[in-house]
Amino acid sequence: MSVAEQPKNPTTSAPKKERTWEYALDNERLLGMTLLLPAVIYIILLVAVPFFLAIAYSFSDATIGDQSLDFVGLETYERVIKNPTFQTALYNNFRFTIIAQVLVTTLSIILALILAQDFRGKWLFRFLILLPWVTPIALGSVGWLYMLDTLYSPIDYVLREVGFLANVEGKGEFVRSLTNILQDIGIVEKDTALKLNCEMRGTREICFFNMQWLAQPDTALYSVIAVHVWRMLPLSTIIILAGLTAIPKDIKDAVAIDGVGPIREFFEVTLPLIAPITGIATLFGLIYTFTDVIVVAILTKGNPANETQVLPYWAYLKGIQGTNLSEGAAIALFMFPFLLVVAVITLTLISRREVT
Amino acid sequence: MNRHYWLGKIFKGVMTYFIVGLFALFAALPFYQMVIIAFKSNADFNNPRENNPFIFNDPPTTDHIVYLFEQTEYLTFILNSVIIGVSVVLITLLFATPAAYSLARLTGRLGERLGILIFLVYLIPPTLLFIPMSQVVSFVGLQNSKWALVMLYPTFTIPFCTWLMFGFFRSIPRDIEEQAMVDGYSRFGAMWRVVLPLAVPGVLTVVVFSFMLTLHEYIYALAFTTSSSEKPISVGVTTELVRGDVFFWQSLMASAIIVALPIAIVYNLFLNRFVAGLTMGAVKG
Repeated sequence: MSVAEQPKNPTTSAPKKERTWEYALDNERLLGMTLLLPAVIYIILLVAVPFFLAIAYSFSDATIGDQSLDFVGLETYERVIKNPTFQTALYNNFRFTIIAQVLVTTLSIILALILAQDFRGKWLFRFLILLPWVTPIALGSVGWLYMLDTLYSPIDYVLREVGFLANVEGKGEFVRSLTNILQDIGIVEKDTALKLNCEMRGTREICFFNMQWLAQPDTALYSVIAVHVWRMLPLSTIIILAGLTAIPKDIKDAVAIDGVGPIREFFEVTLPLIAPITGIATLFGLIYTFTDVIVVAILTKGNPANETQVLPYWAYLKGIQGTNLSEGAAIALFMFPFLLVVAVITLTLISRREVT
Repeated sequence: MNRHYWLGKIFKGVMTYFIVGLFALFAALPFYQMVIIAFKSNADFNNPRENNPFIFNDPPTTDHIVYLFEQTEYLTFILNSVIIGVSVVLITLLFATPAAYSLARLTGRLGERLGILIFLVYLIPPTLLFIPMSQVVSFVGLQNSKWALVMLYPTFTIPFCTWLMFGFFRSIPRDIEEQAMVDGYSRFGAMWRVVLPLAVPGVLTVVVFSFMLTLHEYIYALAFTTSSSEKPISVGVTTELVRGDVFFWQSLMASAIIVALPIAIVYNLFLNRFVAGLTMGAVKG
């Protein structure tokens, strides 16, 4: 034994005496616990404890000024739920998440199918398409803040140039505003009219139309959803793409020999094969979008009139800015049931994968 | 037959580029705009009705980038982000690497379950915990300090990176360390001197992702750093450079794109590993 304890390679071996403490860890259980424990303690102290603290706060009347935990039962929840802004925020959380995710999953399957092919310059397209995911979302949202700006929006510029929005008075024709079209197909309410931007140039008054994307409830809602789609599409695409490239080659060969048409091939072969991985991509998208605060915090701050408010930002406004810890904690906790359900589904999907 | 074959092929090619081009346009347009606006002169920029926002109508200028570095706290924000990032990376390595090794090697079937449990912790978002966290922060006396973020960010980097490293350690054959122990290494020695060097790619991935995750985080930084000397880049840019209704658009766009592009390039190189981590290694990215 003492011979075996000497490493064969003399250059990497230190004298045995200095390393005797290491052998105390030869007990696998002991070593395992020693290595695992620090991480577990960190997580318990800074995730589990705050989580239960949040629950405790939500049943108290704590504020940043007075942190004593006086038990008030469901009073805080009652106050939170009665607030119409909270109701909008809760509804928006589901609305944004579900609409955005339906779009993301559909579009990412299409995009992944295209990117699974070989074509020239693919790396460049791939890089560009992945940009929204690989840059910090706060900075990407700042880009959208400009894209949707009331005055400077380059989208409005394009709309004016193609005639959807009126241009400089006298120079361009007001053909038909985009809002009219959106009203006709029922996407925006009737009363969201565009506002004129007028200014004096010398003696002549010149007017411009702007969509004011973030200033009107309807367009603000669609803007927030669009930015969520923009941000989540790359991740979903890249996950599904990984699933597509993992389809065994003999299956593709068999399909080619059988002469199945591309549409039948997609629905009867490809889609069932990528369904589990698409499910995982969808679940991650749901979690990221549902709990995201950044897009709303930067684009609208919940405005106009709290119409685009979401739970985490409302919790921030109430709990941190408004110093009402108990209400803030209660608001944020309303996200938990949804998270739990999604996490359980994720686990079931994964464990099923392990069996097959 | 031949003519139809070629027409079909050309049609398919055109459609591929058309669709993928549309997606690329949607994805990249805000970044393209950032680059253009960052270099636009005031005269060019302030005429949004007549001047094409997608091109330079007047010669580009670097004035706004100079302004960003000389007249704002931009460099402080970058420095803060780097300090926070590096510290969090070190803490994450220190906690996640041993934990991952333990899960992969020592606790058997239980390890797998614990691993998934730890990964689930990653799915508990900061937006759920930041309210009580404010009390934790003031309890340890780190109000309005970037060190509060150094303390909090490992709550999501440790779970995610433990999971990533778990996959790496599992892919290293047990035989290697068993052989090392036959050669006389202790259990710990086999891990430290034989397995860890083999897991260097995994360690590198953990370094990159811990750093990236700290750069992406927003709500903790928004809630727990209030003076500009403590703010990291994402919160600094969006709260200090956006002042009320007055936007310094050119500097703002410059501040975003200057950090966004390098991050994008590095992240892109490691993206496949991130995906492999998210999909539980079910699919090799």
